[in-house]
Amino acid sequence: MAAGGSKIDPMHQFVIEPIFGSFQAGNPFVFTNSALWTLVVLATIWVFMFGGMKRELIPGRWQVAVEGMIGFIDDMVHVNMGPEGRAYIPWIFTAFMFLLFANLMAYMPFALIPGAHPFTITAQFTFTGVMSLITFAIVLGVGFWKHGLKFFSLFVPHGTPLVMVPLIFVVELLSFAVRPFSLGLRPFIAMFAGHILLDIFGNFVVQGLNAGGGGIGISILCFLFVTFISALELLVAAIQAYVFAILSALYINDAVHLH
Amino acid sequence: MDLASAKVIGAGLAAIGVGAASIGVGFVFGSFLQSSLRNPAAADSQQGRLFIGFAAAELLGLMAFAVAMIILYAI
Repeated sequence: MAAGGSKIDPMHQFVIEPIFGSFQAGNPFVFTNSALWTLVVLATIWVFMFGGMKRELIPGRWQVAVEGMIGFIDDMVHVNMGPEGRAYIPWIFTAFMFLLFANLMAYMPFALIPGAHPFTITAQFTFTGVMSLITFAIVLGVGFWKHGLKFFSLFVPHGTPLVMVPLIFVVELLSFAVRPFSLGLRPFIAMFAGHILLDIFGNFVVQGLNAGGGGIGISILCFLFVTFISALELLVAAIQAYVFAILSALYINDAVHLH
Repeated sequence: MDLASAKVIGAGLAAIGVGAASIGVGFVFGSFLQSSLRNPAAADSQQGRLFIGFAAAELLGLMAFAVAMIILYAI
């Protein structure tokens, strides 16, 4: 980063760089920092889940934590989808855990180790976009599998006057078509904006210290701001994972029950 | 006016939308708190709807942010 320089470049942290190999050389499989952090997130989830899946009769703290996570998503799906929702818990729980851990890992202070800094994999639209596409593959697959062509009645709510049907159909179809986009965009932008904000104000701290004089005061203010914003961003990271899970459950519920 | 300065002005104007979304998010949580203090027994069952409303209000602000970023970096 532009430490001490006058130009702040908040986009640099999102650049995908090869760790082994290079993008040129004609090899399609390049191990990038994005791939590395995906593996780190995956390893963390595995350690967390397998550490708590001992199924002891008297659960320890770790098992209670894992069971709490599962119970949380199980309750949420049951409230929103009813008993038929159990079939979709695997995907919703996977998406929730992946987003939660990926978001939180990006805020962990790995930079205390020199040379290591976390890469925000969920600040790439490729990740969140593919996750929302999987949700919509489930929605379309389940919808057409269960209801056949009656699935299109999803776009005409009950009690619509016959005159309004073509208009309502188009509007509902548009709102349905925008959903995968907005579902993937939300966690992506939230992480993206949060990291840009932290980066800019972190740079202000350094630049204020370098400027000296009145800059020190601004530096202290910015440091306090960054501290509180970090706390807020941890909250946002969890909320975005929860919102993705609850919206996935609602969209799949639409396809299962056809309102 | 050259393109560079127009871009910066446009991005600044787009940032107004983020402020509007903050009003919306505050309204969602404020209304929830207001009504949940009137009937605390029903508050927990509505938490899912709280977050859906929050997500919808927030998304529009995030769109404004995305527009600002597109103006600044993608044009």
